[in-house]
Amino acid sequence: MDTFTFTQPATVDQAVQAAAKSATAQQGAQVRFIAGGTTLVDLMKLNVERPREIVDINILPLDRVELNAEGGLIIGALARNSDVAHHPTVLRDYPVLSQALLSGASPQLRNMATTGGNLLQRTRCVYFRDTAHACNKREPGTGCSAIGGHNRMLAILGTSKDCIATNPSDQNVALTALEATIQIQGPQAKRSVPIHDFYLVPGSTPNRENVLEPGEIITSVTLPSPIAGANFTYLKLRDRAAYEFALASAAIVMKVSGGKIQHIRVALGGVGTKPWRSLEAEKALEGHSPDRATFVRAAEAALRNAKPASENAFKVELSRRCIVRALTMSTKSA
Amino acid sequence: MLFSEFLDFIQADKAGPNGHIQASTAEPTAVIGASLSRVDGPLKTTGSARYASDYNFPGMVYAVPVGATIASGKISNIDTSVAEKMPGVLTILHHSNFDHVYRNASGGRNSEQRPPFEDDTVYYWGQYVALAIAETFAQAQAAAAAVKIAYTPEEFSVATDLSDPMPAIGAPGGPRILSHRGDPEAVFASAPIKIDYTYTTPAETHNPMEMHATVAIFDGKKFTLYESSQGVMNHLNVMSQVLGVPKENVEVISRFIGSGFGGKLFPWPHSALAAVAARRLNRPVKLTLSRKMMFANVGHRPRTQQRMRLGATPDGKLLSLSQDYRNHTSINDDIRENCGEATPFLYSTANLQVSSALVRRNVGTPTPMRGPGAVPGLFALESAMDELAIKLQKDPVQLRLSLDTLTDEEKNKPFSSRHLKECLEVGSKKFGWEKRTPAVGSMRKGDLILGWGVAAASWSAGRGISEASVSLNVDGSARVSSGSQDPGTGTYTVIAQIVSDKTGIPVTRIQSVLGSSSLPPGPTSGGSTATATIIPAVAEAAVNAIKVVLTTAGSAKGSPFLGKQPADLAMSSGRVHLKNQTPDSGVPFQEILKLANLGSANGEGKTGGYGSDTDGKNFSSHSFGAQFVEVEWDPGICHLRVSRVVSVVDAGRIINTKTARNQMAGAVVMGIGMGLLESTTYDPRNGHPINDNFADYIVPTSADHPEIDITFLDIPDPMIGEYGARGIGEIGLAGMAPAITAAVYHATGVRVRDLPVRVEDLITSTVAI
Ligand SMILES: Cc1cc2nc3c(=O)[nH]c(=O)nc-3n(C[C@H](O)[C@H](O)[C@H](O)COP(=O)(O)OP(=O)(O)OC[C@H]3O[C@@H](n4cnc5c(N)ncnc54)[C@H](O)[C@@H]3O)c2cc1C
Ligand code: SF4
Repeated sequence: MDTFTFTQPATVDQAVQAAAKSATAQQGAQVRFIAGGTTLVDLMKLNVERPREIVDINILPLDRVELNAEGGLIIGALARNSDVAHHPTVLRDYPVLSQALLSGASPQLRNMATTGGNLLQRTRCVYFRDTAHACNKREPGTGCSAIGGHNRMLAILGTSKDCIATNPSDQNVALTALEATIQIQGPQAKRSVPIHDFYLVPGSTPNRENVLEPGEIITSVTLPSPIAGANFTYLKLRDRAAYEFALASAAIVMKVSGGKIQHIRVALGGVGTKPWRSLEAEKALEGHSPDRATFVRAAEAALRNAKPASENAFKVELSRRCIVRALTMSTKSA
Repeated sequence: MLFSEFLDFIQADKAGPNGHIQASTAEPTAVIGASLSRVDGPLKTTGSARYASDYNFPGMVYAVPVGATIASGKISNIDTSVAEKMPGVLTILHHSNFDHVYRNASGGRNSEQRPPFEDDTVYYWGQYVALAIAETFAQAQAAAAAVKIAYTPEEFSVATDLSDPMPAIGAPGGPRILSHRGDPEAVFASAPIKIDYTYTTPAETHNPMEMHATVAIFDGKKFTLYESSQGVMNHLNVMSQVLGVPKENVEVISRFIGSGFGGKLFPWPHSALAAVAARRLNRPVKLTLSRKMMFANVGHRPRTQQRMRLGATPDGKLLSLSQDYRNHTSINDDIRENCGEATPFLYSTANLQVSSALVRRNVGTPTPMRGPGAVPGLFALESAMDELAIKLQKDPVQLRLSLDTLTDEEKNKPFSSRHLKECLEVGSKKFGWEKRTPAVGSMRKGDLILGWGVAAASWSAGRGISEASVSLNVDGSARVSSGSQDPGTGTYTVIAQIVSDKTGIPVTRIQSVLGSSSLPPGPTSGGSTATATIIPAVAEAAVNAIKVVLTTAGSAKGSPFLGKQPADLAMSSGRVHLKNQTPDSGVPFQEILKLANLGSANGEGKTGGYGSDTDGKNFSSHSFGAQFVEVEWDPGICHLRVSRVVSVVDAGRIINTKTARNQMAGAVVMGIGMGLLESTTYDPRNGHPINDNFADYIVPTSADHPEIDITFLDIPDPMIGEYGARGIGEIGLAGMAPAITAAVYHATGVRVRDLPVRVEDLITSTVAI
């Protein structure tokens, strides 16, 4: 039986010190923070995560949602997904985040799940989650069972020959379109990492999913000040109507003025190995008139480099349609 | 298993009925057909209903099985050295140190014929190869994970294409002919209009909410097994053979079941594992399956591959109908999915053939799942009918109506009560079918395309042998019991209604007792036969108990009816009175019992199978139905949703409209799952049912189903028994999947012949807004 110690530090510094003992903050970490526990406990039951020490951060004062000096929004790492989704400022200025959160999981899970935990949720690849099978992400160098296996849900963008796992989050797609910044406190220093740089594509080290180092804790996520006059859309396509991860999703922040697209951010979910910002799509849209032809061009640009696996070729077309529809929806103000 | 075999099975190995009783022709009281909440509802909603794994006993230990991680081969070594030394671990059992357990030969049906741990051979991924037993569940789980097993793998197959080479139809070892008339081959060959397509349905996993579980106690002589079983009597019969002990040394208890859908009809190997462990350790043992094991170890609906050939005239006469199907089965067990159940009689045709073949795969043993055979079979038949209607440019409802028949052309017998025509007509009306325009993509609702589809449904009506006991108690209450069980369907409530109907005692004062093999033998809850089987026995027991009351009324000192013959008396509204007078003229029955100092008046019922008390043998008895489905299709994002379902059912008399509706609505939702979502996927490289959890094997959520409009024709079947109730567990699922795929075709132009309908299929649609 896996036994572990359980600590409840009173301060962020203590939590960081406790976690700094871990040799890695990535797969195989010996020390793990626990927030809502909806990812961590699940994976511990499957023997995929086997921490020796669990650091409970739930009593730390990291659950606030408040404005910062620049008019942006600071979302504490421990703010629950439900609270963020229903927060008046989020609903008014960043509705795409609310839509994304509410499209994910179930009310019960969202009541537990936290902003920080959601940022770090793990892939749903069935082979990652079952220790009977080889998986480079879980055990580097063992091979990737998903390639040539059951990979219908997996990624078509940012894949490598060693891993094609999807980042399954909805929240993180919206945060990517909102250009969020992740605030991190480590044993030596604090740092801010734009979400676009926070996640790593798998390459030959799929066990490394983000830039976190041992001891580093996410303290908050900041959103830049709201873009006046922008429209927001989160569109999620999936096999069933609720309680299901995305086959393809799109988060759009779009501002049109003078008949031209002035500000555009396009992020994709369900198709990338990380929350996928499509600079290609944005380039095809910026400065152009918001019409169907433009949207189709943008969607094609976004998926030009898509590399489907044996079971998920349909995702290329589905994601294309998802982008076009989400862009179309974004031309109509809510 | 063929349904007919199931009927033989439920009628077999039980003593015959008491004798021929005449079915009553009197109209039942208002309690029959009432919309009553389940009598066990409060227990369930308050969490006080005890399911198998809720039982705890002093000294109880936990057993966790280890599943094989190959699909075929030999166990070359089992290393338990680490596991045995782990905290709390009591023992690790496996094929080289297990007690001898037996196969069962007769009198009861097992699911896997091979007893657990019989030898060192592995036949499918997940097969139990060891059992860790420890003081706590967590310790047992950890020990199970630490058992190291080495294998010598062998060739295997879980291939989904079932076109394996096979001797010719009818040749020895070749496909079996299940039904044949006329000359379907020749007639088809020369038919002016032909439909010839192959339809496939995937393996599906039952996935009831409640996991299978056994809590086993051995007291030195007798086993008590707390089970989640749809058949406590069968479980007793099988386990006494498997364990090699006399029947009186086994008791099976299954008071509440978190549903089974057929998966809990017959015992699975974990029951023997728990029982043997309890005997070995002399301590109560709890063994609960994980959701993962639910996919590998306790059956599934097997994959089917069905070639349908329909020959027709241009004006829609069905010249010939052939259904040549295969289904996969496990290496050790021959489970024949009866896909041709409804084919021989649903439509009128002179030339017909149904043939069936088994294809072995390295998968766990399949087992009946809600509407076994008929449900996948009707997907093929009703899809082919839809394709024929389109080819003939005929309305699919009209085509079916024109092929309706009141004679079972296979058996050459009239139907006892067939109202498929009414189902189609009532359904058309409720659905608004006349507004349908047939062209693909021709119907709109705002920015969405609508698709409308229809399918007919059928399910056999069966009835077995049953016993029951009724006591009318001196406190004015009643008790009814039978060695059957309520898998969540409403059996507890229905038997109370029957007693209430006969005695006039309100349902709230009637205690229903089920779920123990020590009760008078009652039916297995399968094949939608339990209601039809149990209610005649309960009715007879109630009548016999009433006879005791009436006899007492005529003889007890001080009785107002002293000297009266029972024939002059009646009991209704809970009161004894003169037959030709009203109940309020009489006295409460308990007053009579008090006068004679009787604690209760008891009656036993013992009734026979189908036709034992009616002329049923000269008729063909089946339930029928019609399913109408609307889908909304948003081609821009390839999004499909079932937006309306109208379901009309001819299942004989409905005893309780609420529990019946509940069954139907649940079946319709399951049908949406079958049509759009469910499929157990075996990894071809290792045989693992790879989506073995509720995140990857998806079933409909509340958001996936619309309002469901259910209508019961409520026409009693005179041949099934006194109340004319045929049972309704499975009919609601029949026809759902083909109605969905017909609607999908109507909306999208994509014909899905391989379930479920997926985005991958829909994305090929060329229909645009
Ligand atoms: C059945 C199910 C369905 C789901 N469906 C969806 C869905 O449709 N869409 C979707 O987006 N998500 C879905 N999820 C995932 C869910 O959103 C995540 O499990 C949840 O957001 C994780 O948050 P948590 O607080 O519970 O994380 P935890 O489990 O507590 O933590 C997850 C990881 O993050 C680390 N961690 C947590 N907080 C911090 C911090 N502040 N700093 C550093 N590290 C930290 C932990 O150490 C752990 O490694 C689903 C989950 C389940 C179980
Ligand atoms: S896709 Fe990635 S997570 Fe899945 S098996 Fe391959 S390496 Fe593991």
